[in-house]
Amino acid sequence: MKPAARRAALLSAGLLLIAPSLGGCGGDSQRLEVSAAASLREAFTRYARQLKRDSVRFSFAGSDALAAQIEQGVRPDVFASASRQLPDMLYAKGLVARPVAFAANRLVLAVPRDSVITGLGPLERGGVSVAVGAPTVPVGSYAAKALARLAPAQRRALVANIRDREPDVIGIVGKLLQGAVDAGLLYATDVTATKGRLRAIQLPPRLKPEIAYEAAVVKGAAHPAEARTFISGLLRGAGRAELLRDGFLAPPGR
Amino acid sequence: MRFRIFLAFALALTVAFLVLPVLAIFVNTSPERLISSLGEPQSRDALLLSLRTSAIAMAIIVAVGTPAAYLLAVRKFRGQALLTTLVELPLVLPPAVAGIGLLAALGPHGILGGALADAHIQLVLQTAGVVVALTFVASPFYLRQAQTAFQAVDPTYLEAARSLGARESAVFLRVAIPTARPGLVAGLALAWGRALGEFGATLMVAGSFQGITQTAPLAIYDQFASDFPAALALSAVLVIVSAVLLLTIKLGSGPPVVSGG
Repeated sequence: MKPAARRAALLSAGLLLIAPSLGGCGGDSQRLEVSAAASLREAFTRYARQLKRDSVRFSFAGSDALAAQIEQGVRPDVFASASRQLPDMLYAKGLVARPVAFAANRLVLAVPRDSVITGLGPLERGGVSVAVGAPTVPVGSYAAKALARLAPAQRRALVANIRDREPDVIGIVGKLLQGAVDAGLLYATDVTATKGRLRAIQLPPRLKPEIAYEAAVVKGAAHPAEARTFISGLLRGAGRAELLRDGFLAPPGR
Repeated sequence: MRFRIFLAFALALTVAFLVLPVLAIFVNTSPERLISSLGEPQSRDALLLSLRTSAIAMAIIVAVGTPAAYLLAVRKFRGQALLTTLVELPLVLPPAVAGIGLLAALGPHGILGGALADAHIQLVLQTAGVVVALTFVASPFYLRQAQTAFQAVDPTYLEAARSLGARESAVFLRVAIPTARPGLVAGLALAWGRALGEFGATLMVAGSFQGITQTAPLAIYDQFASDFPAALALSAVLVIVSAVLLLTIKLGSGPPVVSGG
């Protein structure tokens, strides 16, 4: 072979060697793959560390985006959602096994630590900015539910101050911490996770939507047995302890 | 011979890989769906916002970037290489890093946040913030190309103009720019394409709100979760708009012209 041809052949051989490892990124690795709602990040990361194996790979994002990925053929082992509706929808389509509720959460008004805001009232004034989740992501649909229960005039004033509809809770927390908005509607656990940098203000009980988290083993999962173990740990074992530590509540009955 | 086959194979692989996703968008979107997506307020608002903000960003980039690139290209001064590297740096920054950097610089808690607030300039969560994000990520694409284009201008043209009594501003406007025009236009096309596709920095600095800060890529991501066909349709529209825009720019540029003066 001429030198150039040899180099080309070597390059091709090199590519062939790399190809299988690229394939490994796709899914047939040894790791359990968990697609989880962004609000579960802290608790799940600690839970995985307790499993004592470096064996879980997480994808944290808005539950709706993760559900859409599964609909498009992405096959994680576990789908853990911040709503009942998305796993139930995937179950109805035969894409996941029967979902189980493993936690509950509360929607709160979140403000920066040094904010003077103490309730929903000030949010109706002009010049105040509020961030919520996009209507498609659970944290945003819960916010919409809560706002819909306000008196019409109050609701209109508050909705007029919504300046940002973020695709997941991480975006809302970030905007609050950067002072980009004055307040946001978040899960109580997101506020706990900021370790005091944000403050939670309870919503009036009549506004609070029921928030249940559901997890399911994805059909066609590469590690179904480990996936089931992971989920049962959320109901009883170490996973439950980590969830409670972050302020998640016991799941409501069906 | 074998090497030629290898080259052809490499090219075929490259083209297939790059074209397939774009093709898939159109295969999965009927023409009716494409047109009806233009009627949906979210898609329409997003597309118009993208066009408006990217056009403003391009105007800023061309107005400020052209003389800046000219200076970098034709003069020799200390620290020139460093400056060139600095203005090209955003080229390799991940958009999320660009977003964090812009927030840390211009956000309410950023270095210039207080000064901007005193001047009653609001960027975060505003359309102006989108423009800033687009300008930041897109400008190196133009600057780099413009600098190369100015460097390629034959210095004897510039010298001839000077010896005929042309002032430096006239040399720049009437000789350097017309000669470098194809390169400038190519840079503009690249920068505009990058700006239309911007996602991460925009989301971080400007957030996402229909009609104010939700550009087409952000609307596509929003619809991806709720309505995949709608996301596909808007993607197809964005591809077409980008392609038409870039083609128009390229065809409109023509060959380089040196003006008579």
